[in-house]
Amino acid sequence: MATTSATTSRIQLRSALETLRRIRRDDEVIITTMGSAREWMTLGELHDLDFILVPSAMGHGTSIGLGLSLAQPDKRVIVCSGDGSLLMNLGSLASIVAANVPNLAVIVFDNGVYEVTGQQPTAAAGVGRPDGRSADYSGIARACGFESVHAFNDDTTWADAARTVLDAKGPTFISLNVEPVVGGTSPHSPGPTAARAKRFMEALRR
Amino acid sequence: MFSGDQIASLLSEVGVTHVITVPDSTIGRWEKAIEQSGRIRLVRVCREGEAWQAAAGLYLGGATPLVMIQCTGLFESGDAIRNALHDWKVPVFSIIGYRSYLDQAKLPGDTCLMFTEPILDAWKIDYRLITSPSELHVIRDHFLSCRDAGKAGAALIGE
Repeated sequence: MATTSATTSRIQLRSALETLRRIRRDDEVIITTMGSAREWMTLGELHDLDFILVPSAMGHGTSIGLGLSLAQPDKRVIVCSGDGSLLMNLGSLASIVAANVPNLAVIVFDNGVYEVTGQQPTAAAGVGRPDGRSADYSGIARACGFESVHAFNDDTTWADAARTVLDAKGPTFISLNVEPVVGGTSPHSPGPTAARAKRFMEALRR
Repeated sequence: MFSGDQIASLLSEVGVTHVITVPDSTIGRWEKAIEQSGRIRLVRVCREGEAWQAAAGLYLGGATPLVMIQCTGLFESGDAIRNALHDWKVPVFSIIGYRSYLDQAKLPGDTCLMFTEPILDAWKIDYRLITSPSELHVIRDHFLSCRDAGKAGAALIGE
């Protein structure tokens, strides 16, 4: 079992996504939701294989990613999810393992809060829990059967290891301990959904 | 109502590539035949909302998915249906077990009878109610009709 962990500092969401954008291969699908979608759209021109899941259903980025990775086994699919979103669909981790999709990677940006609604703590954050301990998303992923599990707490370690962990045989689970974005709001849709879906499907066929 | 072989054969015939499912005691009996068909991949998920979104991902990726769940799972699926079928206009077809429609011996007064069809109507899912083993062709005809129209649809199987 591959596990990478580092110190107690936290990663900035934007810099974590900049790393992902820098190392991203041209044939990789990247799904972003909520805060990750908001920041991703500010980093530069979108790639044809970016799927901005806005609007979304609660916590279902991982499920969309599961379907895409099954339909496109030759393409790596990378899902960027918040911790609050993942909590709404934790069962999807078991579904992903059961489906045996080596081309799927789930990156969880764990900031401990529902950022876009005003930074209320999630039920899994240490704040407000009797023992003060946060839920261990990497541990949950391992218990569901993920064998490639990685956790990062600082920008440099993530930047150095990102390409290697994404190249590993999946399904892969990556937990990034990120700072909440102060004032972070819900993302705006980048355009009509039907047209974006059509363009995305055409890009997958090329 | 139908055997697993009948359903597997039908789904193969119309080109379904993946069945995403959470079982009930009727549709769950079809799983083995679907898996053994060799032409359809069975995808087991933990909760029904996942099924609609995984189906959306499959459709976007070029596959022909079908969701197979019970009506109780339909009730659970609301936000996932809203987003996949209406926000993203993904035309997912589904087979939905209609608990207690034919037999209320186990659950007299089952409220599934009160809510299933109004909820399908609320989500604007065009469905056909199947109540007899002679109606297998209705599923096929409705699937093909929805596929050609590019819209979501459902076969509601009386249980």
